[in-house]
Amino acid sequence: MIQLNNIRKSYETAYTALEVLKGIDLTIETGEFAAIMGSSGSGKSTLLNIMGILDDYSVGEYFLAGTLIKDLSQTQAAYYRNQMIGFVFQSFNLLSFKSAWENVALPLYYQKVDRKKRKDLAMAYLDKVGLKDWADHLPNQLSGGQQQRVAIARSLITQPKVLLADEPTGALDTTTSYEVMKIFKEVNEQGITVILVTHENDIAAKCKRVIRLKDGLIEGNAIAASVS
Amino acid sequence: MIDWDKWQEIFSSIRRHKMRTILTALGVFWGIFMLVILLGAGKGLQNGVEHEFRDDAINSVWVRRGTTSMPYKGLPKGRRVLFNNDNYDYLDDFEEIDALTGRYYLSGGNQMVKYGEKSLSFPTVGVHPGHQVVENSIITEGRYINERDIKEIRKVVVIGLPVRRELFGEKNAIGEMVTVGGIAYTVIGIYRDTGGEEEMRMIYIPMSTAQKVYAGTENVHQIMFTVGDLSVEETNELTEEVRNDLARQLQFDPKDRRAVYIYNQAENYQELMDLFTAIRFFVWFVGLGSIIAGVIGVSNIMLIVVKDRTKEIGIRKALGATPYSIVSMILQEAVFITALAGYLGLIAGIGVIYLIRELEVDYFRNPEVNLSVAVAATIVLVLAGALAGLMPALQAARINPVVAMKSD
Repeated sequence: MIQLNNIRKSYETAYTALEVLKGIDLTIETGEFAAIMGSSGSGKSTLLNIMGILDDYSVGEYFLAGTLIKDLSQTQAAYYRNQMIGFVFQSFNLLSFKSAWENVALPLYYQKVDRKKRKDLAMAYLDKVGLKDWADHLPNQLSGGQQQRVAIARSLITQPKVLLADEPTGALDTTTSYEVMKIFKEVNEQGITVILVTHENDIAAKCKRVIRLKDGLIEGNAIAASVS
Repeated sequence: MIDWDKWQEIFSSIRRHKMRTILTALGVFWGIFMLVILLGAGKGLQNGVEHEFRDDAINSVWVRRGTTSMPYKGLPKGRRVLFNNDNYDYLDDFEEIDALTGRYYLSGGNQMVKYGEKSLSFPTVGVHPGHQVVENSIITEGRYINERDIKEIRKVVVIGLPVRRELFGEKNAIGEMVTVGGIAYTVIGIYRDTGGEEEMRMIYIPMSTAQKVYAGTENVHQIMFTVGDLSVEETNELTEEVRNDLARQLQFDPKDRRAVYIYNQAENYQELMDLFTAIRFFVWFVGLGSIIAGVIGVSNIMLIVVKDRTKEIGIRKALGATPYSIVSMILQEAVFITALAGYLGLIAGIGVIYLIRELEVDYFRNPEVNLSVAVAATIVLVLAGALAGLMPALQAARINPVVAMKSD
């Protein structure tokens, strides 16, 4: 599903070039449930953003479902993001002036799906995360856990090939975190590749594979001994 | 093809951001509203003054008698100046003078005018044929007083429309006999005057008749003339010459401004025309000012709006929005709000103008708005808003979504 060959990424300022990723080789197969771990500054978020086509890379090759993702125009990047990738963020990133179902339906707007169908699908996905009764609530009327579930519903509505989550439990308490992880597990069981960035060991432990990053390099690829 | 889905998205954004919408709309609304009022008021003032001058020929000069305020050649001051037929005949020889008339007010001001059973009182004045030109009177029936009436001292009378209505009603008036102050006259003409009802109540008889039949004098109370297409300067020179000649003929000091009052309508008209040029300039100056203020206001708001929406733009991009869809969303919303606000400003301004129209005020009538100017101003504001929004919108659409989402 995802293949990274010698990915390097550096941020250039006027005086220095700061290399964040120093040559990442990584393959993630379809249906994997992987966690990327590392201390802050290790480049884990940058790696996830590159996989999500939110950021570009300086050197190397990135294949997403067999397609080379390199030097895309903004419009092409938007198309691939919309068609192949679902995002979940630490800070949820819901539009505050849109209700829960409108937030969930938004990606379909960019696929030119008509409004009626958008709403039906949004309601179905809200039902999947147990928030059907909250469809008309604005994000600020929902708890953090509920907001993240709305965000997950939004990421799934386009039936993406890969679900990318950047610290999805970072803003949630333990109980809620585990609930969210349970949803990710269910999503993964339906065959969707799930990759999440976290710095919490108990969250990473719930994934099938842990990728550790240190100073822009992969430390060790380990398949988790047990799947909880 | 109208993209209803896009409009729905825009409407929902407008609905949920009332403050932002109102702030954007207000600048445009106010700019256009004030511009329309300003243009309308300026035009109303001009129309009003031009209307006030419609009554009399604008190139007319009125010579009124006064009382000497300076002694002259042994004569004391405080003498009443009296014009006579010689003065009139003398002025008649001036080539510059187009139409010339004297005025002789019958004693007591009003005269009893009788027709059949009816007896009404009207101001009666002896005039020359030139009076019609000076007063801008329009003959609706019959004819005005002519030279033969003067020469033969005919007892003929020209009456205004209201007099005709009151005396004759629907009946024929031309050729009918009326008595004016006990003397029988034939009605030869009906006139109308833009000066209004009051001015049309005047009854005109030949100058010679007025002088001979009632008083037996050669006196003339007032002399009026028009000066053709002389410029204001030339007219002023002419009036000075007239004053000097009258001073010589009537024995008063030419420097005595109270002996004879000469009122130059053209001079006053020209002054007003100059004033209008100034007012028009002022209106444009202030109008342009309000447009520029509106443009700056809209531009500022657009900058703030785009900044305010940076996070939203980041989120939308992460979900698959193309730069084009971002820019067009922001611009379409801006153009919609500003165009609607401009249109409402236009409507409100014109509404106020129409309300003012109902007012009956001197020197102000029929305020009008040059609609194409107002519409052009609206388009300028809308375009300015769009242009001001375009640069930051393009920038925001190009920004990395990860960075954009972090802004708050």
